[in-house]
Amino acid sequence: MTQSAPRTRRGVSGGSVSLADLLFRGSARIAAWLVLALVLGIGLRLALGSAPALARFGPGFLASAEWNAVSERFGALVPLVGTLVTSTLAMLIAVPASFGIAIFVTELAPPLVRRPVAMAIELLAAIPSIIYGIWGLFAFAPFFADHLQPWLTEHLGELPLAGRLFQGPPMGIGVFTASLILSIMVIPFVSSVMRDVFEVVPHELKESAYAMGATTWEVLRHVVFPYTRVGVMGGILLGLGRALGETMAVTFVIGNAHRLSASLFMPGNTISSALANEFTEAVGEMYTSSLVALGLVLFGLTFVVLAMARLLLYRIGRQSGTGRA
Amino acid sequence: MPGSQDPPLKALSPETGLHHGLPRQRAGAGEIHVMRLRFLVPILLAGTSLMLPTVPAAAEGVTSISVAGATFPYPVYARWAAAYHKRTGVKLNYQSIGSGGGIKQIRARTVDFGASDAPLEPAALREAGLVQFPMIVGGVVPVVNVPGIAPGELHLDGATLAAIFLGRVTRWNDAGIASLNPGLALPDKAITIVHRADGSGTSWIFTDYLSKVSPAWKEAVGRGKAVAWPAGVGGKGNEGVASYVMRIKGAIGYVEYAYALQSHMVHVSLKNRAGRAVVPSQESFQAAAAGADWAHADGFYLVLTNQPGELSWPITGASFILLPRKPDHPKRTTAVLTFLDWAYRNGREMAASLDYVPIPQSVYTLVESRWHETLVTDSGPLFSPANP
Repeated sequence: MTQSAPRTRRGVSGGSVSLADLLFRGSARIAAWLVLALVLGIGLRLALGSAPALARFGPGFLASAEWNAVSERFGALVPLVGTLVTSTLAMLIAVPASFGIAIFVTELAPPLVRRPVAMAIELLAAIPSIIYGIWGLFAFAPFFADHLQPWLTEHLGELPLAGRLFQGPPMGIGVFTASLILSIMVIPFVSSVMRDVFEVVPHELKESAYAMGATTWEVLRHVVFPYTRVGVMGGILLGLGRALGETMAVTFVIGNAHRLSASLFMPGNTISSALANEFTEAVGEMYTSSLVALGLVLFGLTFVVLAMARLLLYRIGRQSGTGRA
Repeated sequence: MPGSQDPPLKALSPETGLHHGLPRQRAGAGEIHVMRLRFLVPILLAGTSLMLPTVPAAAEGVTSISVAGATFPYPVYARWAAAYHKRTGVKLNYQSIGSGGGIKQIRARTVDFGASDAPLEPAALREAGLVQFPMIVGGVVPVVNVPGIAPGELHLDGATLAAIFLGRVTRWNDAGIASLNPGLALPDKAITIVHRADGSGTSWIFTDYLSKVSPAWKEAVGRGKAVAWPAGVGGKGNEGVASYVMRIKGAIGYVEYAYALQSHMVHVSLKNRAGRAVVPSQESFQAAAAGADWAHADGFYLVLTNQPGELSWPITGASFILLPRKPDHPKRTTAVLTFLDWAYRNGREMAASLDYVPIPQSVYTLVESRWHETLVTDSGPLFSPANP
């Protein structure tokens, strides 16, 4: 209390820069630079650690599906593809579902229902990922293997091309289960961001549209969506970032096999679960270095995805001119 | 030298320490094993028990011993440590981070001794300046989840087991399996292989066995803590493999014996080198260990898989202790040896009660005489057997 009084006085008087201001500015600047230094440091460390593996395998590291600790030949293709497939599939499930949730909560639900639903979704976000993994392995996987998977394999497995996606023994675990668990984990993040941005659409805009006779869908389509495009993209990216890096829940249900298979029901691997599984017991320089190189690949992948997203946001913002950055 | 005032990461009374060390001993089939992130929790078995000054060697200023290594023998060490602490006041801090981690740490000399399920080869041992000894014997057990098949009912031989894990035998009613099991109703079900996703001494022992009995396996996959599995799904740790096998109908995996027993899993019966079908048991592990020629094994490098003997379980392995040959802190090494000697002599029943097999007496007599010969500093041997 005693400190706040003089600070306000000086702040109001303006002009000269006080010591507190200097300190604050300095520490804020240091914090900002620290983040940058950290990112650089991580990148540098990963590059150094992966140098032996990259020197030996070259760019072929990204294209090789081999992962053999006995002959010490390693390639990143399987976990890289696994990471991309599970994240993509998870986003394909999570984004429409989150849209639905956000629209329901902001536009359609009666006020009495809104708060409980919104709170329930935020609670979902607070559940540790390992709980989702355990649920996936002990509750969802057996149910899926016994009831859904045989049906899917029987009815979709015979399709000409897409059928290959649904073949395989009903194990309940695999790429599809991992993607589904991931999507459930991502939904709270995406939907709560979407809900927040939907809520800031000015009432004047929406009410004007309603006044002109627009239906709820038309208001959403022509007023809410264009207005919130950037925010929605931000929410999706937040979810994608989480999906790319998620480790424990995926490790539980993906099956952890270094093999490429066409079927979504077969086991696979992701970069982060390969790291979690193998790092502690990796012996030999090449093995350890290859694992670090996997980390570098994930680092690069995240960077590329984020950069592409930024670019997309920038384009959208320029085209529409309504984007709120 | 750490004193007793070391800030323990987790100080437990002997009773709770024991309990913590042995969740899997009590875990039933339906419990969640995977929750144990034991590699994250370096356990310190501490306590408030009485100091009994009757064991002199251990009390020479060394009040705690640190160990890192295999997860497989961890429950045994935990129980020994609790009992030893009660008797002598010396604590044992066992970090069960895995065999590879144990080797790394003893190489860096950050622990007093390391524990590994796979022995280091003599050349690697010399290069790292270490010595190794067997401490505990255990077995790796193939476990299955095939409807209608009870423990020990399914008979397999090495070649068939290798063919299954190579992905060449893909259904349970395959002619090869059926010919070994006349009269057993084998379902027309796909075989799902479950292997370890992490590097593991258990995998090392298992793939060593497959390499010995199947040239095709040796050629295509080989032996290692982590290999390129031709087929199947990977589970993390014994818990991961066990839960996958129990979840997936038609699955076959491999876990440590104690684990299979306590999770009530369905083990198979294997044809051993003598051509006899044996089931995993303390007796069949002991038979494999007893037949082994430890005296002529350089650096105790001996793998107990596919040993001769009518009763020998073919996938038996020993868990090893790694010690520095020229210790920086001889007193600490003496404290370690005193503890191990005590465990050899007094820990047999404790080990057996946890379904581990203590090494035969002839072997530990040999080990202790080897300590006396090799672990010598300028001031004399670090350890003298009490009754040589």
